[in-house]
Amino acid sequence: MIALFTSILAITLRAGTSLIYATIGEIYTERSGVLNLGLEGMMLMGAVTAFATVYYTGSLVLALLVAMLSGIILSSIHAFLSITMKANQVVSGLSITLFGTGLASFLGQRLGPESNGHYLIGLAGNKFTPFAIPGLSKIPVIGAIFSQDLLTYIVYLIIPAAWFIMYKTKSGLNLRAVGESPQTADAMGINVFKTRYIYTIIGGTLVALGGAHLSLSYAPGWTDNITGGRGWIVIALVIFSMWNPARAIWGALLFGGINAIQFRLQATGTNISAPLLNMLPYIVTIVVLVLMTWVETLNKKVGAPAALSTPYMRGEK
Amino acid sequence: MRLVFEKRNSVSRKAIILVPFVSFLVSLFLTGILLVIFKANPFVTYASMFVGAFGSWVNFTETLVKAIPLMLTGLGVGLAFRLRFWNIGAEGQLVFGGVAATWVALFWAPFLPAWMVLPTALIFGVLAGALWAGIPAVLKVGLNVDETLVSLMLNYVAILLAQGLYYGAWIDPDGMGFPGTKMFPKAAWLPRFSGRAHVGLFVAIILGLVMWVVLNRTKWGFEVKMVGENPRASKVMGVKIGKTILTAILISGAFSGLAGAFEVTAISHRLQQGLAVGYGFTAIIVAWMAQLNPIASLFVAVLMAGLLVGGDQVQMMMGLPAAMGVVLQGMILFPMLAGSLFTDYKLKIITKSSQAVSV
Repeated sequence: MIALFTSILAITLRAGTSLIYATIGEIYTERSGVLNLGLEGMMLMGAVTAFATVYYTGSLVLALLVAMLSGIILSSIHAFLSITMKANQVVSGLSITLFGTGLASFLGQRLGPESNGHYLIGLAGNKFTPFAIPGLSKIPVIGAIFSQDLLTYIVYLIIPAAWFIMYKTKSGLNLRAVGESPQTADAMGINVFKTRYIYTIIGGTLVALGGAHLSLSYAPGWTDNITGGRGWIVIALVIFSMWNPARAIWGALLFGGINAIQFRLQATGTNISAPLLNMLPYIVTIVVLVLMTWVETLNKKVGAPAALSTPYMRGEK
Repeated sequence: MRLVFEKRNSVSRKAIILVPFVSFLVSLFLTGILLVIFKANPFVTYASMFVGAFGSWVNFTETLVKAIPLMLTGLGVGLAFRLRFWNIGAEGQLVFGGVAATWVALFWAPFLPAWMVLPTALIFGVLAGALWAGIPAVLKVGLNVDETLVSLMLNYVAILLAQGLYYGAWIDPDGMGFPGTKMFPKAAWLPRFSGRAHVGLFVAIILGLVMWVVLNRTKWGFEVKMVGENPRASKVMGVKIGKTILTAILISGAFSGLAGAFEVTAISHRLQQGLAVGYGFTAIIVAWMAQLNPIASLFVAVLMAGLLVGGDQVQMMMGLPAAMGVVLQGMILFPMLAGSLFTDYKLKIITKSSQAVSV
């Protein structure tokens, strides 16, 4: 029984890692008042560029850097369209997703070696493997936390750091001010445009890292649609975490947990049909969303930045 | 001297027509750069795409085959977007419509007079699409739940449901394990007029024209416009916002449901892999590039279908990934969005003497 719990916790954390990177990234972006619905496209681009890099160079570090670069480029497009050009943020985000999905699929069929018909699908490359931290990994059940891969260990550090920056530093205060009331922030001398640019791009970088974790660790390799809607689930997780990076862990554990349970049930062969089991994450997302909205109407506010998805225009109310 | 954007009182007509054309050219240019990187000649590639999609009547009928679902889902999505209701669940609504039509075609056909099978299948497709869109609409109107995520999540649910059926309960027992249902009886086939192009084309065109008239010439169309542009003012004027949204979104889903019903009754004649190929997502591009104008949507749908067929063509002829067509499509919205600044705002140059010059 203990072995079962340990293994479920281990898979939960592995599956939750990419979600946490992306959730924290999107929390930062949304806190500055920018809604980025391009996550699915950015995660796919992060995953495909990371895998292509590791396949040709063998370097995991370089793979992460290239994935981050893809996130920076895509989120810069979104930042330019929604901050400078004041475009509709929903449509801009959607187009990032459509473009990213298409380009990732194109690259997956083009970047591969000639021997594989230029396809990346079906190839194997270097990957992040779990390593145990001596001593700690021997604790029953909890030990699972300490036998993960490097990217998951980094997550343990990123969560408190993201929380600290947002709530205990001046830049965090400025960020929240820009998302709550850009007019006031502007009057206080904060550069609204610059702040939004910075956090949209930081957010995109983290989202792409989440994608890279999928192709370098969780499901090493490249397949079309490797994200399976995680980019969209993350948008719900941001609401679930009430825009607080510390709470990002709960949503990721919930959805990582669902993944782990699917894994176990499918491995043991159950009566529950596979399609029904596969629908679970999407149905749970809807249920979570309805519950959170309901809580919001009771408490008036759960923390959505007041200026979320409204472009800022100087001198316009 | 500095530059200031000022909101226009009415949108610029010139920009409305110019922006989509320029955007398409920009997309061709940017994708061309990508092609050069991958050592393909963009001119040859585009010429091959064009010939593949529009070069002969046979090829053109294949473009029409893809244009029909894009017209219908584009019209549906466009109607929802007019209300600033972000229905991105057209894919799921299409699939659910296809599942419902399949249900009628497979299991009701023996109990219905032959002439009633096809209409009943289509009606059920329409109702199923409306029902699937109704879920996010009711949650939005009743509880103010974010419709973007709910409609998107329901795509996955519908696709997995369809898979569960054609791999499981509805699988053809004589199909030697091939994932798909039995073929529909002939009574459930929608007639084709040339190649695989079917009469759904005329239905889609008529619906587009009707939608234009309804949106521009009726009180309801005016209310839809009001609710989308200024919900507060429309409330003051006594428009029932919830009811308007609900009705419009049910219609929006109905269009996609009909598209799904057409796909199974006219093209595949069974439920199988290949119903969810992304029409519902391309519909977003169709609607936005057409600037939510129903008649323009019909033409944009043909163009987007051409890119898809052309993409398949370059894969066969030049060994380039078919996803090229999708990259081209995805690229169009960026310049479109950037250009929308010029339809809604005008650029003013303010000089020291504070005399403003509009551009």
